[in-house]
Amino acid sequence: MKFYRNHILVGISEASLLAGAEEFIKELRKELAKYDLQDEINVLETGPLGFFGKGICLTVYPENITYQDVKIEDIPELVEEHFLKGRPVKRLMLDTTGKYKPRLNYENRIVLRNSGVIDPENIEEYIGVGGYEAWEKALTQMKPEEIVNEVKESGLRGRGGAGFPTGVKWSFTAPLQVPQKYVVVNADEGEPGTFKDRLIMEGDPHQLLEGVMICARAVGATKAYIYIRGEYKLCIERLRKAITQAYEYGLLGKNIFDSGFDLDIDIKIGAGAYVCGEETALIESLEGNRGNPRWKPPFPGVQGLWKAPTVVNNVETLANVPFIIKNGADAFKAHGTPQSTGTKVYTILGDVTYPGLCEVDMGTPLRTIINEYAGGMKKGFRFKAALVGGAAGVLLPERLLDVNMDFASLNEYAAVLGSGAILVLNEHQSIVDLLWSILRFFRHESCGKCSACRNGCQQLYDLITKIKKGEGTMEDVDLMLTIAETMYATSFCALGQSPVMPVRSAIENFGDEFQEITKR
Amino acid sequence: MYKEICEKYAPEKHNLLYILHDIQDHHPQHYISEEAVQVVAEYLNIPTNHIYGVLTFYTMYSTKPRGKNIIRLCESPPCYVKGSTNILRKLKMLLGVNTGETTKDGMFTLELCACLGVCGNAPVMMINEDVYGDLTEEKVEEIIDKIRRGNQ
Repeated sequence: MKFYRNHILVGISEASLLAGAEEFIKELRKELAKYDLQDEINVLETGPLGFFGKGICLTVYPENITYQDVKIEDIPELVEEHFLKGRPVKRLMLDTTGKYKPRLNYENRIVLRNSGVIDPENIEEYIGVGGYEAWEKALTQMKPEEIVNEVKESGLRGRGGAGFPTGVKWSFTAPLQVPQKYVVVNADEGEPGTFKDRLIMEGDPHQLLEGVMICARAVGATKAYIYIRGEYKLCIERLRKAITQAYEYGLLGKNIFDSGFDLDIDIKIGAGAYVCGEETALIESLEGNRGNPRWKPPFPGVQGLWKAPTVVNNVETLANVPFIIKNGADAFKAHGTPQSTGTKVYTILGDVTYPGLCEVDMGTPLRTIINEYAGGMKKGFRFKAALVGGAAGVLLPERLLDVNMDFASLNEYAAVLGSGAILVLNEHQSIVDLLWSILRFFRHESCGKCSACRNGCQQLYDLITKIKKGEGTMEDVDLMLTIAETMYATSFCALGQSPVMPVRSAIENFGDEFQEITKR
Repeated sequence: MYKEICEKYAPEKHNLLYILHDIQDHHPQHYISEEAVQVVAEYLNIPTNHIYGVLTFYTMYSTKPRGKNIIRLCESPPCYVKGSTNILRKLKMLLGVNTGETTKDGMFTLELCACLGVCGNAPVMMINEDVYGDLTEEKVEEIIDKIRRGNQ
């Protein structure tokens, strides 16, 4: 094994590829070779570095210095100064002011702990940090009921939006005596502003696979599908590689670890429909149909894919499972609050200093997330509102920013944790305009199966368009609320029940804007 | 040609979405023709109306011939607040087409789409398989120019 003086970790994600990361790495290696440093300094491609720096980001070990937005033109300076002369290049470093240092928070992470640390395309690196130990433990030392109980005990709740207790979900499927059961991973991430699952899959695909394996064992499924949206090219590529490697290492296939347990995992690619994030619509899509949701009950856990019992879990949910099995439910419960255990991954967007990704304990106040992890508002901007939970989320004003981000606390404000998307708006942005964009999204994505949602979304869009043009009245605003509430009460699935969240919170918290625009 | 693509997959209904993806990707005009639908219906032994139902449900499929380069601009809220409307106006002007239309030379089709999950770089668009982010009107002009020049 070679010893290197320095390791340069280059974050490879959809965003850095966009900035030309491949070409950059080639140039960087060339430049290092120019000074004959290629055997002293190792250039590693890794997943997203776990924060959202601009452009191409690098972390250099052992110094632990992070550079952001590095361009090809910067390479000669960087190599000469840092790697030849040992003087880090201040102007490229993340946080040169020291004022708004984003908290990277590596020590408190569960889901993202390997992201940006290991090479996601190399199974040995995952095994090197303790990966697949939980799988071995689950398969050789634990009974399926024990796995279900451990997950139940951990208090893990679904991270896709609804927050249903994961262990309870598994316990519906586990005892059923049928020839075939399935596990389906919901990687059809479509909530606007959410890309946590993409970064989890890009940064640490093996962790997700290990979670799927443990889940399959717990409920007795021998076949698992990862349903992933067609646009996530890099995720698909990395997951395919990871699955191939897992087969090569005997972690998948027949009679795994001589336990007599068989498991196959396959990737299925979606074709673009927001509603397919709803679990029964996703199952319809897997069967080769339109993604129209099914009537529940029977729930998929009893009758899902091809009428067989099927556990559908979100990517982030399953990525938590290896940690729970390896370290026990108590280690997991050490994070978060008693009712909402563990951590949550958020994507923070809009006018903050460091838009991006963070993983923090459940129950962390929204204000802390925005001010400390995202570095506060961008210079020159003032906070107006945060849209929490994506399009199906709520608009919170300044005075509600102290809400703790966990299932129970958010519930008090009739808000939901949702997918973990936080969109921050500045004082110049119009709430009416944003709501228009949200309702246009719902109008487009309504699947058309039930009339409440199909007609309701159209009516809401027509009304908000009228209001946006300055032709609406306060009666129109009230009508919007009535329609959204009716949809909540009568829609077939969660999609039609969602518009009430942004509509009600916008009208309640930013009513003056509606009054102003309707007065014109 | 359609038959060969079908035969890469087992003749089971759940393969419908993948067969349609494959057919569309291999067609120079990136769409699924009536003829193709007939072939798939026969191969999978399902009615054509089921296939049309699926085709028109998912945004990634097209039943109309499209250009060589398919531009899909995100219109979801995060891109919207970052000014995707200006980008759309610029694209329409540059290409001389409306949303859903193809340029006369068959080079570009302009489409809108929902969140692409690259919101950190909003506003964002995809051209075929490639993502372009942090768009400005100048940047869009450069990108379109570059593709046009590359095709000459």
